[in-house]
Amino acid sequence: MAALPTGEVLKPADAEQLGEALRWAVAETRPLEVVGGGTKRQLGRPVQSAALLDLSALSKIENYEPEELVLSARAATPLAEIEAALAARDQMLAFEPADYGRLYATANDCANGSRATLGGALACNLSGPRRIKAGAARDHLLGFKAVSGRAETFKAGGRVVKNVTGYDLCKLLAGSYGTLAAMSEVTIKVLPAPERTRTVLLFGLDDAAAIGALGAAVASPHEVSGAAHLPVPAARRSAVAYVSGAGAAVTAVRVEGFGPSVLARCAALRAQLGHLGAIEELHSKHSLTLWQEVRDATLLGAGAEGAAPRPLWRLSVPPSEGPAVAARLQAETEAEALFDWAGGLVWLAVAPSADAAHEAVRASVAAAGGHATLIRAAPEVRATVPVFQPQPPALAALSARIKANFDPAGVLNPGRMYAGV
Amino acid sequence: MRMPLPDQAVIAQRTELVAALREIVAADDVIADEAALRAYECDALSAYRQLPFLVVLPRDTGEVSRVLKLCGARGVKVVPRGAGTGLSGGALPLADAVTLALGKFNRILEIDYANRCVVTQPGVANLAISQAVDAAGFYYAPDPSSQIACSIGGNVAENAGGVHCLKYGLTTNNLLGLEMVLMDGEVVRFGGKQFDSEGYDLLGLTTGSEGLLGVITEVTVRILPKPSSVCALLLGFASNEAAGACVAEIIGAGIIPAGLEMMDRPAIHATEDYCHPGYPLDAEAILICELDGPEVEVDHLVARVRDFAEGCGATSVRVSQSEEERLRYWLGRKSAFPAAARIAPDYYVMDGTIPRARMPEVLNRIAALAREYDLLVANVFHAGDGNLHPLIMYDANNPGELERTEEMGSKILKYCVEVGGVLTGEHGVGVEKRDLMGEMFNEDDLNQQQRVKCAFDPAQLLNPGKMFPTLHRCAELGRMHVHRGQAAFPHLPRF
Ligand SMILES: Cc1cc2nc3c(=O)[nH]c(=O)nc-3n(C[C@H](O)[C@H](O)[C@H](O)COP(=O)(O)OP(=O)(O)OC[C@H]3O[C@@H](n4cnc5c(N)ncnc54)[C@H](O)[C@@H]3O)c2cc1C
Repeated sequence: MAALPTGEVLKPADAEQLGEALRWAVAETRPLEVVGGGTKRQLGRPVQSAALLDLSALSKIENYEPEELVLSARAATPLAEIEAALAARDQMLAFEPADYGRLYATANDCANGSRATLGGALACNLSGPRRIKAGAARDHLLGFKAVSGRAETFKAGGRVVKNVTGYDLCKLLAGSYGTLAAMSEVTIKVLPAPERTRTVLLFGLDDAAAIGALGAAVASPHEVSGAAHLPVPAARRSAVAYVSGAGAAVTAVRVEGFGPSVLARCAALRAQLGHLGAIEELHSKHSLTLWQEVRDATLLGAGAEGAAPRPLWRLSVPPSEGPAVAARLQAETEAEALFDWAGGLVWLAVAPSADAAHEAVRASVAAAGGHATLIRAAPEVRATVPVFQPQPPALAALSARIKANFDPAGVLNPGRMYAGV
Repeated sequence: MRMPLPDQAVIAQRTELVAALREIVAADDVIADEAALRAYECDALSAYRQLPFLVVLPRDTGEVSRVLKLCGARGVKVVPRGAGTGLSGGALPLADAVTLALGKFNRILEIDYANRCVVTQPGVANLAISQAVDAAGFYYAPDPSSQIACSIGGNVAENAGGVHCLKYGLTTNNLLGLEMVLMDGEVVRFGGKQFDSEGYDLLGLTTGSEGLLGVITEVTVRILPKPSSVCALLLGFASNEAAGACVAEIIGAGIIPAGLEMMDRPAIHATEDYCHPGYPLDAEAILICELDGPEVEVDHLVARVRDFAEGCGATSVRVSQSEEERLRYWLGRKSAFPAAARIAPDYYVMDGTIPRARMPEVLNRIAALAREYDLLVANVFHAGDGNLHPLIMYDANNPGELERTEEMGSKILKYCVEVGGVLTGEHGVGVEKRDLMGEMFNEDDLNQQQRVKCAFDPAQLLNPGKMFPTLHRCAELGRMHVHRGQAAFPHLPRF
C-alpha cells in the first residue's frame, strides 16, 4: 500500500464510531480523506485533507439472500470477498466492477491481491464491459446507510429492486467519490452468473470498421454482454495467446447465458460478422482473462520502465463517435487507444507531459458529446489539470449547492472531484 | 388531504399573472376559465381534486424557462403535469399554483440507430417511442400498463416500471440524458448519448423526483433490439403459496424471465369477465411467465419453467403457441384496472414492494384486512420483483367508504414496510403516500432528502405538498449543529 500521509488516521470500528469521526472533523474543521481499501487514492484531484478516514474496519457481509437477489455488506468489505460469496451461489455482481487499482499499483501490491472494496467501487461508479447490457454500478445500489458531512447518520433506498419511495439518493451517492457522505453499509442487487461465456474474435479491423461491427453486434438480438476493440499494441499485451499472437487488431464480442443459447448466439454472430474477415472463438477461461484485461484497462502500456507512467484518460462518448474521437486525438498527440462499450468507452494513454494533453482531450470530447476523466497522472498534473470534465456554470453551481447541503463544512474529500466541491 | 395553504397574495394577482404569462406563451396556451380548468383538476388518483389556479401549455424549452422564471420571481407555485395518468396525486393541482402541462411537447426529436437511442420531447406517449422504432427492429423496454397514454416525461418523473422491468430495468435504467429547467429558469442538461453522466449523477437523482426538482423538457432513452422470439406460459395454481413457491424456483434456478406476473382469484375472475383472456377459472392464482431470446434459449427455459410449475403442483400449464395467444395472456393482466372498474363504482390501486419470499403471508394479511374492512380486494402482482398491486374496490357514494378504503390501504403499505419492503414500487409517493413516509424514514433521512430539494428549488415553489409530510424551510435545514467543546471523542480509534 502507498505510504499514508502524515497526520492523523481515524479508523472507526463501526457505524457509531464513523459518526463520531465526522462529529470530530466538523467540530475541529479537519477535512478528511475517505479511504476504503485505498486502491483508488490516486484517482481524482489530490485531496487537501488533515486526516485520513480509514473505513477498512467496516467490513462484513451482513445479509446475503440469494433467493431475493440482494446482498447487504458493510461498505469496506473487499470485493474479492463479496465475489467469492456470490460465486458460491452461482451469482455475481452484474456490473462487473472495474478494479483500476492495478493501474497505480506496484508489482508488490498486485502480488498481495486487490484490496478494492464494494463501497469504493460504488462510490466511484466503476462498471466493467457488461455495462452495455446489465447497467452500471449505480444501477445495482439499492440502499445504503451513511454519515453526511453534517455528521448526521441517514439512510436511503431499501432492500428491494422496485422502489420509488423518495429521491433516489443511491444514484447520487454512486459516483460521488466520497464527497457527500461516508457510507457505512450498502445493499446491492445481485444476479445469476451465466452458465457459459464465449467470445467471438474478429481480426485485423481498423478502429472505424471495428466499432461498426460492434455496433451491429449490440444492435442484433443476440444479447451481447461485451463489445471491445483492441488496436495492435493493446492486443499484443494480452495474456491470451490467441489475442497477443494475432499480430493484428482484435475485436471482441462476448456472449453469456445458458449453454445452448450461447452456442446458438455465437454461431449467429459468426454468420453475421464473418464477411469482415478472420474469426475465432474464445472459450471460458481465455474469455474471462481477456475481459478482465479490458475491464481494468491494463492493456495500455504504462510506458518506459522507471519513467513516469503515461497519463491515462477514460472518455465516455456516444458509441459511434469513439473512433473519430480517438483518431482526432491520435493526430494531435502521441496516444494509444482501447475501446470498450461498443465504442462508448475510449481509453487513451498519452505521452507524459505537464498537462496530459488536457486541452486536446477536452476539445475532442466537446465535439463528440460526452466527457473525459484523467484516470492516471502524476499528482502535480492532477492538481493543475481538471481531472473530471469541467461543467457548464449552471450545472457546476447546482453540484456545488448539492455538496453544500450534504457537507457544508467541506470535511469529506474536499476538492476531489472539482475545486471547491 | 392537508395541502399547503393557498397564498392569498398570489391569488390576488391572477389577472396580472395571466397577462404576464400571455406575453410569454400564445394567449390560447394560458387557460384561465373554469370550465376548461376542470379538465386538469386531478390525475388518475381521482379521489383527490382541486381546480388549478391557472394552466399553461408551453411549446418549447424557452417558454418553460421564461414561465418558471416569472413564477419564481413572483413567488408563484408551479405543478408540472404530463398526461395525468399518475396514481399517487403527483400532478394534483393547488389552488394558488400554475399547472404547467407538457402536452404540447409532443415530438420525437431524433432517432439515432447508430447510438441506439431516441431523443424526445417529454409529452410523447411511452408507446409512441416503441412504435417509432418498431420497423427497424427496436423498442423502448419499460412498458407501464398505461403506455398508450402516459408521457415519457411523466415516466421519468415517476421512474415508471412495467411488466418487462424484471429483465430490462425501470425507467431509470434505460435513460441516457435529460434536459431540465430549474425553478429559477436555468436550463441544465444531464448525461447525453453516452453511457454514464459526469460529475454527480443528477440524471439518476432527478429520475423519480415527482416534479419537485425541475421540469423535464427533453429525454434521451436507450432503445433495445427486439428479441428474436418470445413465448409466455400461463400457469394455474391451487393456492397463492404454490404460485409463490414456483416463483422462488424459477428465480432460484438463475432464470430472469422477461416478465413474471401473478394474479389472484378475484383478479382472474374480474379480468376474465371483462375481456375473456381464457384464464383458468378453477385456479386460486395464476402466473404469467414470459421468456424471450433466441429460439433455443426460449425452448430450453420454457421446458425448465414447465417442470418447476409441475413440481409445485400447477393445476394447469399452457404454453403460448402463437403471438396471438401470447398477447391474449397479457390482455387480461394489462386490463386489470379497467376490469376492476367494472365491478365496483370506484377502485383504489396500491403499490407496495415486498421481498418475494414474503408474498404468501402478505396476501393472507391483505385477505384478513379485506374481511375486517368488508371490502373486496383483487391482487395483481409483479411477482418477479415483489411489486404488489392490491386493487381495493369501493363506492365513494357510500358515506365513509373512501375513508375505510384509505385506512385499509395504509395498513397494507405499513405491513409491506414491516416485512422489509417499501411504500411504493413504481407509482410514486405524491400526496397519497406522503404522510406514510415516516414509516420508512426517520427525521434525519427525510431532512437529507429535503436538502436535495433545497439545492434545486430553495424557495420550494415546485410541486410543494407532495412527497414530504412536513415542509421545513431551507434556511432551517441548512443550519449545522456543531458539537464544539465535546472534542474528546473518546471512543474513536486513532493512529
Ligand atoms: C390504468 C393505469 C395503469 C398504470 N400502469 C402503470 C404501470 O404499469 N407502471 C407504472 O409505473 N405506472 C403505471 N401507472 C401510473 C402512471 O401511468 C405513471 O406513473 C406514469 O409515469 C405517469 O405519467 P404521466 O405522463 O401521466 O404523468 P402525470 O400523472 O401527469 O404526472 C406524474 C408526476 O410527474 C410529474 N411530471 C410529469 N411530467 C413532468 C415533466 N415533464 N417534468 C417534471 N415533472 C413532470 C408531475 O408533477 C407528477 O408529479 C398506471 C396508471 C394507470 C391510470
